[in-house]
Amino acid sequence: MIWGVLQFPGSCDERDALNACRVVGGEARLVWHEERDLAGIDGVVVPGGFSYGDYLRAGAIARFSPAMEAVAELAAAGAPVLGICNGFQVLCEAGLLPGALLRNQDLRFICTQADLLVVDGPKTGLSDGFSAHQQVLSIPMKHGEGRYYAPGEMLDQLEANGQVAYRYADGHNANGSVRDIAGVRNEAGNVVGLMPHPEHAVDPLTGSIDGRQVFEALEGFAR
Amino acid sequence: MPKARVLIRPKEGILDPQGKAVERALPALGFEGIEHVRVGRMVELEADDPEQLGELCEKLLANPLIEDYEIQPL
Repeated sequence: MIWGVLQFPGSCDERDALNACRVVGGEARLVWHEERDLAGIDGVVVPGGFSYGDYLRAGAIARFSPAMEAVAELAAAGAPVLGICNGFQVLCEAGLLPGALLRNQDLRFICTQADLLVVDGPKTGLSDGFSAHQQVLSIPMKHGEGRYYAPGEMLDQLEANGQVAYRYADGHNANGSVRDIAGVRNEAGNVVGLMPHPEHAVDPLTGSIDGRQVFEALEGFAR
Repeated sequence: MPKARVLIRPKEGILDPQGKAVERALPALGFEGIEHVRVGRMVELEADDPEQLGELCEKLLANPLIEDYEIQPL
């Protein structure tokens, strides 16, 4: 499988994302934000960082880039799309994922290792949901605007649809996300976004390889 | 070109930590009796066709899920 890792002005985690795609056995290349044609790419990672300086709102400007138009088409066609941190914010702003990310509740930038509970997704035939090898993942997170929010009715709907993908374990919801939500997926399950950084947790050298599972869980959606 | 001002605020009921931080700083400066501080954003612009500002707000300037906006012609 060939992953495309988007690169906006202000992205900063695209290299680790490239590495993570390769560690889990895929090929990967960078996709500059002005690229409109993603032919040959099976899946996309929208990486972390501060795209376009996070001006206006995190992710608000990036969603209008030519590469994001192509990502929207891929997502609609059922290809895997993974948004990490700023990438999650971009996918929410683009309407590819439900909800929004707000300033952390205590206003502090958070940089810590977090335990995430894996929440199984809908069984689609293309993927076995997340059929987790592990139910708890230890993954680092680092962000200033990571407080997941959606209105109550929308949250009920998301939970009923199995669209919550990851929750913070007890005591690990450092940003104040509603219902401890760390990551969500679209209804089809092929688009997933989360605030923590699985691409920083793929090598034993850095203490945890649990991040690999986040990438592997999406491979089933690649054609 | 007609000028306009767009005010963008966090929606009612959404925790606004920036506003809270400002509020908490006030007593130390001797300001008493000030509460419910909310911090938003103001955008000033000039538009040939002010009719399009609503759509502009919905699509870019505000995120309607978390923010309310108000367009003021100047």
